[in-house]
Amino acid sequence: MKKFLASVCTAVLCASLLSGCGSGSNNNDTQEGSGSGTVYVYNWGEYIDENVIDMFEEETGIKVVYSEFEQNEDMYPVIEAGAVQYDVVCPSDYMVQKMIQNDLLAELNYDNIPNITNIDSSYLKSAEDFDPGNQYCVPYCWGTVGILYNTTMVDEPIDSWGALFDEKYSGDILMIESVRDAFGIALTYLGYSLNSTDETEIDEATELLRSQYPLVQAYVVDQVRDKMIGGEAALGVIYSGEAIYTQRENPDLEYVVPKEGSNVWIDGWVIPKNCQNKENAEAWINLMCREDIALMNFEYITYSTPNKAARELIEEPDIKNSTVAFPSQEVLDRCRTYQYLGEELENLYIEKWNEVKFQ
Amino acid sequence: MSRDKKVEKKLKEELQGKKKRNNALLASPYIIWMAIFIIVPLFMIAYYGLTDKENGSFTLANIKLILDPVNLKALWLSIRLSVISTLICLLLAYPIAMILRSLNMKRSSFIVFIFILPMWMNFLLRTIAWQNILERNGILNTILSFLHLPTLNIINTSAAIILGMVYNYLPFMILPIYNVLIKIDNNVINAARDLGANGLQTLLKITLPLSLPGVISGITMVFVPSLTTFVISNILGGNKVVLIGNVIEQQFKVVNNRNAGAGLSLVLMVFVLASMALLSKYDKEAEGKSIW
Repeated sequence: MKKFLASVCTAVLCASLLSGCGSGSNNNDTQEGSGSGTVYVYNWGEYIDENVIDMFEEETGIKVVYSEFEQNEDMYPVIEAGAVQYDVVCPSDYMVQKMIQNDLLAELNYDNIPNITNIDSSYLKSAEDFDPGNQYCVPYCWGTVGILYNTTMVDEPIDSWGALFDEKYSGDILMIESVRDAFGIALTYLGYSLNSTDETEIDEATELLRSQYPLVQAYVVDQVRDKMIGGEAALGVIYSGEAIYTQRENPDLEYVVPKEGSNVWIDGWVIPKNCQNKENAEAWINLMCREDIALMNFEYITYSTPNKAARELIEEPDIKNSTVAFPSQEVLDRCRTYQYLGEELENLYIEKWNEVKFQ
Repeated sequence: MSRDKKVEKKLKEELQGKKKRNNALLASPYIIWMAIFIIVPLFMIAYYGLTDKENGSFTLANIKLILDPVNLKALWLSIRLSVISTLICLLLAYPIAMILRSLNMKRSSFIVFIFILPMWMNFLLRTIAWQNILERNGILNTILSFLHLPTLNIINTSAAIILGMVYNYLPFMILPIYNVLIKIDNNVINAARDLGANGLQTLLKITLPLSLPGVISGITMVFVPSLTTFVISNILGGNKVVLIGNVIEQQFKVVNNRNAGAGLSLVLMVFVLASMALLSKYDKEAEGKSIW
């Protein structure tokens, strides 16, 4: 018993020591940051040409501390807890909206971001869906959700989400392992809004997805690339940014945004309210909007850029006029952005998604 | 004379005291390690599992989540698959361990080395390799179709997950059994034969009971990681076969509800502890029997 007590005491002591250290070093960091020109950047993994970071440091003399996250949901609690203070972050549309609603973001000062004029006004307009007045967010990359299909494995051109629910392709379908995207597809196919808040509509979509389960080969996100390149399946749900890469590797693959419509998503730079270096963060955003930088990033990550000046600079005509990277207005007109639906509905969607997968 | 004895006693006591202090000093890194990486995290899991996400008050709601039919199903599937793969591991490992015992030291240690060799590579990589082997246009099916044999479609099914578990955890079954088997004195077995026991009787009455501790620790070392895995089911199950580990992972990563994840982890821990308690009880009984 005595020993047990001793070890508990040690544990408590260590814990308090550790947390002491943690907060101590944090304070130091922020002090350093505010004084001597540092910017703390928090971005998706593999979502920038790393030379750009060096160029920013060289041009502005501001030191960059760069960290990465894997998905929006990983990033959110970090910013919300505020234990680590980032100056500039790159979430997706519905997450930006959630952060605005929960009062986590600081308003941008556009005087420090003159390069905003490079961003195509139509993207700024789409961004208003989740950020009215473009007060908080500057678009960085965008894309659509669509079907990647192997032309040698289907007998007709695919143009509808219906193919994903067609028994003909049983075992040849790779469905996306992401709640909002999966329900977005089902709701759109049924003719409803992909931001549906109506429980009967959501139930109907759940039924559709449940009936799809036996036809699905696997639920994947990143693996869809390699599996489609390897000819494992005829149809796969994929983000447009990955489509260009897969087509380079396997010319039999074709990307389509189905006629019923789809999701168009925008990732953009925002500044958290508790940031310590707001002007440095705005300098960062400004550089990201510069045409040569946006071009470098586009060529490296192949996700579509909202930067019209950068698009003009693209040399390869295939890419410049690619309907995958830059779909026509007619395609975009039938695409919608996700909106943050509130915690209760978010949980409902997850619950229904579990019902689909646990059969 | 008596003074000398007293001095000697005193010296002895001092020496013992020093030894005790030294022991405590030597143990301190281990105690600190345990405290930081075992005890504190356990307390954190218990704390999160038993408190409400919103206001931090005490609640059993996170534990009750296990009664949700979806979660129950995942738990039941996890138990089923891990029991099956533990049994397969046992059936494969025992004969191998017996064979290893019968070989001379040099050869058996080489074979053990072969079994451990794959563990030099990361287990994630090896599981992804299995995915490439089992895939529809994977290595296995390419070979089969080249030989004009029917192809095999087990990727993204429970069978693939069981295969992954058996492959990854088989060495953890072989080694403890082998370690116990080589310690059995040959004279014991010879005595049994002398007294007229045939091969089967020797195995059932002598070798098996004596090797039970190894079998028990092997079962624990295979069953527990199989029950809690989420990576194998992710990679080889294509997210179509969802285990309780995946549900917990999702609570932490997607739903962002630590409390629910911790609550479900506590339930899973109860199952692990229960299985270990059951096994250790059986172990003791067996030891008792083997004495008589």
